[in-house]
Amino acid sequence: MATHPAEAGAGHDAHAHHAEQSFFQKYVFSTDHKMIAMQYLFTGMAMAVVGGFFSYVFRMQMAYPGADVPFWGIVTPAAYNTLVTNHGAIMIFWVAMPVLIAAFGNYLIPLMLGCDDMVFPRLNRLSYQIFLLSALVLFSSFFVKGGGFGGAWTMYPPLSAKAEFSLTPGGSTIFVVAVALEFVAFLMGGINFVTTTMNARAPGMKMYDIPMVVWMIVIASILFMASVGPLIAGAVMLVFDQTLGTAFFDPNRGGDPILWQHLFWFFGHPEVYVVLLPAVGIVADIITVFSRKKLFAYKTVLYTAIATGVLSFTVWAHHQFIAGIDPRMANVFTVTTLLISVPIAEMMFVYIATLYGGSITLATPMLWALGFIGTFLVGGVTGIFLGASGSDIYLHDTYFVLAHFHYTFYPIAIVGTFAGFTYWFPKMFGKMMNETLGKIHFWITIVAFNGIFMPLFVTGILGDNRRIPDHRIYPELNTPMLNGLREFATIALVIMLLAQALFFYNLITSLLWGKKAGKNPWKANTLEWTADSPPPHGNWKELPQVYRGPYEYSVPGRKEDYWPQNLPN
Amino acid sequence: MIEHYIAAASSSAGSIDFLIELIFWVVIVFWFVVTEAVFIGLILRFRKKDGVPAQYITGELRSEKRWIVALSALVLLCDLGIMFFDGPVWYDVKQNLPEPQQTVRIVAQQWAWSFVQPGPDGRLDTDDDIKTVDELHVQLDTVYHFKLVSRDVLHSFSVPAFRLKQDAIPGRVITGWFKPTKTGAFDIQCVEICGVGHGLMPGRIIIETPEQHAAWMAGHSTQSIALASTTPLARE
Repeated sequence: MATHPAEAGAGHDAHAHHAEQSFFQKYVFSTDHKMIAMQYLFTGMAMAVVGGFFSYVFRMQMAYPGADVPFWGIVTPAAYNTLVTNHGAIMIFWVAMPVLIAAFGNYLIPLMLGCDDMVFPRLNRLSYQIFLLSALVLFSSFFVKGGGFGGAWTMYPPLSAKAEFSLTPGGSTIFVVAVALEFVAFLMGGINFVTTTMNARAPGMKMYDIPMVVWMIVIASILFMASVGPLIAGAVMLVFDQTLGTAFFDPNRGGDPILWQHLFWFFGHPEVYVVLLPAVGIVADIITVFSRKKLFAYKTVLYTAIATGVLSFTVWAHHQFIAGIDPRMANVFTVTTLLISVPIAEMMFVYIATLYGGSITLATPMLWALGFIGTFLVGGVTGIFLGASGSDIYLHDTYFVLAHFHYTFYPIAIVGTFAGFTYWFPKMFGKMMNETLGKIHFWITIVAFNGIFMPLFVTGILGDNRRIPDHRIYPELNTPMLNGLREFATIALVIMLLAQALFFYNLITSLLWGKKAGKNPWKANTLEWTADSPPPHGNWKELPQVYRGPYEYSVPGRKEDYWPQNLPN
Repeated sequence: MIEHYIAAASSSAGSIDFLIELIFWVVIVFWFVVTEAVFIGLILRFRKKDGVPAQYITGELRSEKRWIVALSALVLLCDLGIMFFDGPVWYDVKQNLPEPQQTVRIVAQQWAWSFVQPGPDGRLDTDDDIKTVDELHVQLDTVYHFKLVSRDVLHSFSVPAFRLKQDAIPGRVITGWFKPTKTGAFDIQCVEICGVGHGLMPGRIIIETPEQHAAWMAGHSTQSIALASTTPLARE
């Protein structure tokens, strides 16, 4: 049933032998899924540093309005808008997606399925190149006349469509083009992930033997590909409005600005689950290994993920309750939005149930994985306030919303990434990371993260609205209590950002002097742990055969508490 | 609870606050606290102990799954309960507009609010209209309809003390309502990003007793502020 790409031959001969490669072949034009994964990973990390720096600048302005921010200067309203806009866009499109889907997807899918590479390695290469180009295009927008786009990452027209409103003639267009290019890159990646998983599994690996993280990345890729079409069309229309003088979104000439919001959020809400699912997949793989437990109800996890994915296409207008859509529609979208809590809650219950009866070791990756569950729950429950249309009237566009989606995206993009990165680091680089440093880094990051966003729930409930660079001109927002909470959040942010130095220090010292990791340091079942660390080009000399599911831990009657997928009984 | 920190000055504020507090009790005090407690409890209870192997539980048996099914059913039940309370709140605030006693036009533009209300003749769009910028004077316990329009980009009219928010869309006239229930001055914010000056659109809504309001009307009816309007307003 499964065909190996190496056996399939055509188009893959060039590296079926996996011969010695020149520098350019190996690092620049590599078609090796692991090298492409590393490129995505480190590009994503670099973008995270940029996005993090942006948040530092505008949070300083929030806490100390008008102050001279170290390493930046005075934050003008235009700069403030550009910073918040690009912070959002970078963290979602250039950090969460490349790291969670592209980096982990590329690295793990062939290794966990037991094949030697993606089925379309050259398409994979092109995907990264276009992604890198999109990042460079985004950066170029900061340096054109008028500066970078500052109309929020949601790009609502007419502000984004007309230079006379946005005052950023070049920046607006370049921003939309950069985002569209990024989508193109991910379409290519998505095609690869789905095709590889469907066609290149190791002999013996049945559908329910696929590790959860691979399933989740595949479902996420399908969601992405199914939802992004309307937005790419919308982006083209928006660029035409900006540059060719069309009027798709111009109400004075028969267009409709609300149309953009539908196109954007029809993609934008599934997008939340596109980045969520890989993170919950990573967490599933980690909690089973470090509690030595079989995943509780594998099929239930899979079906809840699919149910969530399907439902996520029906909830988009909850972003638009007060945007001027027909108020009767809000009732429909409240129902679908609240219903989506059922499969997601079920998934969280299953994860918590997996811990029951386990033998739990709190190694660094496990701390991150548990940290994900603990903090994502906050994001989940606070979503109910916003999904209910009545309470959303008040809370919409306040810091409550901001805190809510940071409690989803931060666990996903930061906590989930650190979980996966610390867990697969020994495989990626053949070295162990320092556990003590890793744990200190975890605790500072997770505590400081809560310190940033817990106060912002409170300011939001008290009417603090988003994207205001200086609250002092609003009497109700300029109270000692609100100012104190804002300052607290900013201090927590600075601590959180500084703590990342620990991570980079740990990363570099572990790469240089870390203890050598064997093939399977965590005693895990999945196939990637049967390859060398790091796996060579081609992954295995002889491709593995699969005999069982990925989560057979602590099976009664066995001496070992794990049972690798490739062991013939 | 919320009212303690930010005034509730409209007839709908109470029901919105009630809804928020209801959801708080259901999802935070119950679901969140219980789930986190069980989660942390399990981590502590099942820490690795030498000689104690993990149990082999597939979670595929009906007896094991029923916990998850029961909990999910309870989540669904809570969702239905929240929908039950949410529907009427939304209906009253956004769908079912009571008959107006007064009508005011709210014009959003980069970067100011202007307000047009009828003068002594009680009708909008006549010569005695009272026009103000960034300051809206309304009368206590009066049902107002607002006709919200925008001259340029999206804006959003928000009065936190009213728990009221509505986006303004160029090309459309959006009608909503409010009934002030407390005298005083409260913030108006623009909450949809509208360009460089988005943060510079603070307005104030001033709620007056009938006597105060009459005095204010008398003072303004003769000196309406002419708005420099070059862009045509949307047709109603």
